[in-house]
Amino acid sequence: MRPIFLQNLRILDPETRLDVTGDILIMDGRIAAIGDEISPPDDVRMVDCSGMWAAPGLMDMHVHLREPGEEYKETIETGTLAAVAGGFTAVASMPNTNPVNDTSAVTRFVIERAISAGYASVYPVASITKGLKGKELSEFADLMGAGAVAFSDDGYPVSDPGMMRLALEYAKGLGALIISHAEELALSSGGVLNEGRISTILGLKGIPSAAEDIAVFRDVCLAEFTGARLHIAHVSTIGAVQIIRQAKAMGVKVTAETAPHYFSLTEEAVLGYDVNAKVNPPLRTEEDRLAVIDGLRDGTIDVIATDHAPHSILEKEKEFETAANGMIGLETALPLALELVRAGVLTPLELIRRMSLNPRKILGIQGGRIKPGGAADLCVIDPEAMFVVNRENLRSRSLNTPFLGKTLKGRAVLTVSCGKIVHNLLW
Amino acid sequence: MNRLSSRHILSISDLGQKDIELILDTADSLSQILTRPIKKAPPLRGRTIVNLFFEPSTRTRLSFELAAKRLSADTVSVSAAASSVVKGETLIDTAKNIEAMRPDVVVLRHPCSGASHLMARYMERAAVINAGDGMNEHPTQALLDLFTVKRHLGRLSGLKVAIIGDIAHSRVAHSDIRAFAKMGADVFVSGPATMFPSQVEALGATVVLRPEDAIKEADVVMALRIQKERQGRSLIPGVREYASVYGLTSERLKLARPGAIVMHPGPVNRGVEIAPQVQDGPFSVILDQVTNGVAVRMAILSLILPETV
Ligand SMILES: [Zn+2]
Ligand SMILES: [Zn+2]
Repeated sequence: MRPIFLQNLRILDPETRLDVTGDILIMDGRIAAIGDEISPPDDVRMVDCSGMWAAPGLMDMHVHLREPGEEYKETIETGTLAAVAGGFTAVASMPNTNPVNDTSAVTRFVIERAISAGYASVYPVASITKGLKGKELSEFADLMGAGAVAFSDDGYPVSDPGMMRLALEYAKGLGALIISHAEELALSSGGVLNEGRISTILGLKGIPSAAEDIAVFRDVCLAEFTGARLHIAHVSTIGAVQIIRQAKAMGVKVTAETAPHYFSLTEEAVLGYDVNAKVNPPLRTEEDRLAVIDGLRDGTIDVIATDHAPHSILEKEKEFETAANGMIGLETALPLALELVRAGVLTPLELIRRMSLNPRKILGIQGGRIKPGGAADLCVIDPEAMFVVNRENLRSRSLNTPFLGKTLKGRAVLTVSCGKIVHNLLW
Repeated sequence: MNRLSSRHILSISDLGQKDIELILDTADSLSQILTRPIKKAPPLRGRTIVNLFFEPSTRTRLSFELAAKRLSADTVSVSAAASSVVKGETLIDTAKNIEAMRPDVVVLRHPCSGASHLMARYMERAAVINAGDGMNEHPTQALLDLFTVKRHLGRLSGLKVAIIGDIAHSRVAHSDIRAFAKMGADVFVSGPATMFPSQVEALGATVVLRPEDAIKEADVVMALRIQKERQGRSLIPGVREYASVYGLTSERLKLARPGAIVMHPGPVNRGVEIAPQVQDGPFSVILDQVTNGVAVRMAILSLILPETV
């Protein structure tokens, strides 16, 4: 590959809090130099990147890649292609595949598939319990040996608090991380959207925010009690943000993520029975949305993850009550998150921290840095680029997003993963 | 000829005040057909109406069928058991297949809220009438309720309407609240708090916990049917207690304004929502509601198929 000389970028490295304008020289798949006094070699490709940002390759710690088992929705190849198109060079994949990732064979399969696809790195999350059934623990040590970076029964909560306690205690002994899909099923079951004004207007059974708050509180209590590390997935309520904020202040080892739809949309998005806005947890109220934004602002919420959940029209184009939960998010996350910068909620550096460094830190993964000498793993972001979310522009195999047809602002224009250009709109 | 502003009748929200007035006036004139010895007029001759019922409902289905036949339309009725849904066909495919056979109107009753909206999105020619979708709406029932009230009390605006019972799961209540509020009535709802939808004010009603407060000075008192089990849970401790706290007894009815009427969308759990003497008493218009249902549905059918009227 010809050396690449990216000029006049805003270089963002959250680890060192570096935020400067300068140039980056990429040679032999490595970041050869950073700064404003680089003398590039002769055969270099010069690219003027004025107005653009360079950030470490983003990491999405919550995606559903659907392979093995539901390749018609997404494969590891199409999912990682969507990832790099969105600026992500690493993703953590949830275990609710078919078969469930509860054995090292499935974990290894996922990693190998990602390597042979050659776009983004995939870090498998294995299930907490065998078959996601909530009855017996998966073999954590064996799974970690095969490459699992965390454990979650995502899609379902671990309903039995005794089982969750066991999982946390056992994980603690191994230094493993438990990711909680916090949902009290006795309150949520049968619900298909947030319980409130819109559920009444649409005549649909709602999910009260208490279903999330209670589950978050329960898991935070158990994390405190066991001393284990806990990560709360897809925070969507004002109550959950407050509980996590308080727990952190008390020294509980808890981290949290939210998804762009929880700070970009409210329950109003499902008006007209729009199944593409049907997610779990559901889109909430404006008050919840603002609380999520506050949580991001003050660091209560450590990570922006997408909960990328591809579904084909078979699962989506039907009655709202029976349509599947979930929306794709890898390619819309960055433009939606950039709104937080435009609104003055986060500095660019803090945004990148939540989308690159923090997820890696929480999962214990190296990288998330822009520094000379390391393998080039970065993305170039044009915060002003406009793009239309449509079939032609999306790399994901599925199209289930409420942003379909909308124009969004800001996107990754170049993604370099492990020294290789995997997404390029620059030349 | 006047037209409705909406091609389909999916929700009361789709209809303006003018639309509703037009429907009620049309029903008024068409109702005369029902009193003639030969109860048939020609305006919808050659038109085809499909009644697609994914949920059993003898009364609503019969009412629509009679309304269509009175106006000389051809009707076909399909019920859930015979439908291809059991063979795995999706509602969208059903919609496309029905559309391919060129009916003029599809009357849909479906257990999922929003089903008629989904079907309407796939109907390029035919009009869709929501005959009850999940716990969402039952707009034609609300229109016949408006019609019944107007017949008995002469007006809708300024009336106090009390609706007592399971508001959350009643599609009739969801449509009635919207419809009465739209026509200028003040709607009060009451019942056990377990049976209120959250933020019911969004529909245009005021919540009062004590049924007496709702009934007091009311011009219209409507009791709703209690469905005992929801998601495997009873929302009330028992029907005996319900009848004693929320049942429409003669005692409670005395709180209403003189001349107030008593309504119920039926079928009634005798002695639970309404005491038998009230149900069969002089203020009950429950059977008028049934009669008026045919006239109102005749009006709706002729107005969404206006060219031949
Ligand atoms: Zn989840
Ligand atoms: Zn998920």
